[in-house]
Amino acid sequence: MPEPKYISLTVDGKTVTVPEGTTVLQACEKAQSPVPFYCYHPGLSIAGNCRICLVEIAGTPKLQIACYTRAAEGMVVNTTSDNTLNGRRDVLEFLLINHPLDCPVCDQAGECWLQDYYMQHGLYDPKFDEQKIKKPKAVPIGPTVMLDAERCILCSRCVRFTDEISKTGEFGIFNRGDHSEIGVHPGKTLDNKYSGNVVDICPVGALTDRDFRFKCRVWYLGSTNSVCPGCSRGCNTQIHYNRERDWRPHIANGERVMRLKPRYNPDVNQWWMCDEGRYGYHFIDENRLTQVQFRRNGAVQQKPWEEGLELIAGTLKQLRDAKALDQAGVILSSHMTNENLYASRKFFTTLGVKQLVFQRPKSGSSDTFLIQADKSPNARGAQALGIAEGAEALLDLAAKKALRVLFVFVQDLTELFGPSRVQEAARQLELLVFVGTNMNPTSQLAHVALPSAVYAEQDGTFTNFEGRVQRINAALTPWGEAKPEWQVFSELADKLNLGLAFADPQTIFTELAKTEKPFQGLSYQLISDQGALLKK
Amino acid sequence: MSTLSEQLLHRIRDAHKRREMTWWERTYLPAIAQGLWLTSRHFWRNLFLHIAHRVGLFRDVPAAVTIQYPDQQRQMAPRLRTRHRLTKRADGTPRCVACMMCETVCPARCIYIVAGEHPDPNVEKVPKSFDIDLGKCVYCGYCVEACPEDAIRMDTQRHDIAAYSRDGMWLDIKELLNPGSKQFGEPPEKFVQLPPPPSR
Repeated sequence: MPEPKYISLTVDGKTVTVPEGTTVLQACEKAQSPVPFYCYHPGLSIAGNCRICLVEIAGTPKLQIACYTRAAEGMVVNTTSDNTLNGRRDVLEFLLINHPLDCPVCDQAGECWLQDYYMQHGLYDPKFDEQKIKKPKAVPIGPTVMLDAERCILCSRCVRFTDEISKTGEFGIFNRGDHSEIGVHPGKTLDNKYSGNVVDICPVGALTDRDFRFKCRVWYLGSTNSVCPGCSRGCNTQIHYNRERDWRPHIANGERVMRLKPRYNPDVNQWWMCDEGRYGYHFIDENRLTQVQFRRNGAVQQKPWEEGLELIAGTLKQLRDAKALDQAGVILSSHMTNENLYASRKFFTTLGVKQLVFQRPKSGSSDTFLIQADKSPNARGAQALGIAEGAEALLDLAAKKALRVLFVFVQDLTELFGPSRVQEAARQLELLVFVGTNMNPTSQLAHVALPSAVYAEQDGTFTNFEGRVQRINAALTPWGEAKPEWQVFSELADKLNLGLAFADPQTIFTELAKTEKPFQGLSYQLISDQGALLKK
Repeated sequence: MSTLSEQLLHRIRDAHKRREMTWWERTYLPAIAQGLWLTSRHFWRNLFLHIAHRVGLFRDVPAAVTIQYPDQQRQMAPRLRTRHRLTKRADGTPRCVACMMCETVCPARCIYIVAGEHPDPNVEKVPKSFDIDLGKCVYCGYCVEACPEDAIRMDTQRHDIAAYSRDGMWLDIKELLNPGSKQFGEPPEKFVQLPPPPSR
């Protein structure tokens, strides 16, 4: 590759050096004098039609748009001159001519770029006396997106997204002049696997999310960096949750997570995420296991943690005393974090249980962009930790009465192997323990079901299919009496006098990075918010 | 020479000292007479003036008035902040668009709005439920100031709250749209039966 040529230019008196071909807007950002923009998006082609990114360049008679102008050697750019600011204010006034006063009902209010730039650059007295043009409002253009053509400023980001990224081309700009409006082509609906992204890139409230519609005002939201657990790509996300839930319990019927948003990571998902992952957060608040459940002869009892742990520890003790630990099996899940997998492996091997495997969920659809067929976030991590794959053999052993105790984590086995085989195994087993987040057919077959914390309630790391270890952070406190898995093992180990204790995910990871070869040299500091690759 | 703190202490002690009453004062007779004089002066003055008003005399000299509350209500200034109401559109539906401005600005966090879809896309948003917990309200009037639609006002001239429990001090959207239709209600069930709160 040829060495890029570097040029230097002056932005607001500061000299910056950038590679040749950089736009003035990017150079301004590098010089830390940001320029406002609507139509420019680093992941899309340059359209240059919103005209708000005006800057003054010495030697040119008129203001130039920063997003389309290439930086040149010796260029002198001014982003804060009176001329520039007046220009931007006038452009904003033009953009807002037909914009309705919808802020009270608009879901974008609070994170709207029109509102932001009006406060920064606008604050003018409107001079427009004529009637505003009426356009279609609240049009559901697909299963996930709502269109309000009046609010649109015709930046064409969504058009470029469906043309260039999802390559489905549903969007177009129709009519001319001030009757121009955004819309989907006749007979089409916005129904592709990445349609939710047009809501993220829409700088105004023209495209809003139907899932999030009227659920929660954005200023009630808290945000925590996380990773999507929907497939092995591990798209970087932000979990947006209702941080005022304690005193606003009426919002979305008390649900905690309101939406997921993609987070920029150039090596994983860039700016995007798929709809499957974006709307796959409902399990965090729905159908959760809240308490320890005992199930004997069809009767279900809620029990305190202490009794559940006593029962499991008692049975394991019996097996250990009878030197029959080869009759115990463990089916871990690729939904668990590296820390939880490591803690469980350490606990069971210290105890003497040999039959330890992990199971992936049923594989689903995939494509060449983001979506992977493996619908769990951490199968690669389980492999890197040297855990064997496949639960089928253990189920067969259980059905043949070769097992007395079986632990199943998170995964629903009936979906994978059919309900009859799991039922048969459950009948033959002395104790079937389910440790998981949500109620499912397998948890309803288990003799003891322990509630565990979902990924949004835990700190930890996932390893994506490329071997990139990425951090997840706890956005919420565990639901009901749920606990993270490592804590369950810590308490069980204490009951069995194994001399094991886990303090928190970070210390588990530090230990893991010392002992496990693929993870060597990694730490939470190194992984940070962009992830780090496993050793080859 | 005493120090400053001693001087200060001395002054405080002095301030607490009562003046000795004289022999004449200690009989308490002048105080009794003074009190009787004050009470009877008001009594006779009001008796005279009320009778005089009846026959049309001294109308411009005011006499003391007793309001027979609660049968009779005092006229209050229209700008007084009293119990809330929601204003209506011409067709009787609430003007409120559930923008949550009042809910957000409320310092007592006593407003609870659940938004829903309005059939008319030009209105778009409408409150499915709108509840105010008057037991928490501090009558600051910020909700009225924050409202962009003039949908909430505090001008019902009602200010009394009486209920058998804190839970009985809720106003729901029906009451807010038609003030006085019902006194107070229980909190809506959806707020009482929260999903189990997260515990540490």
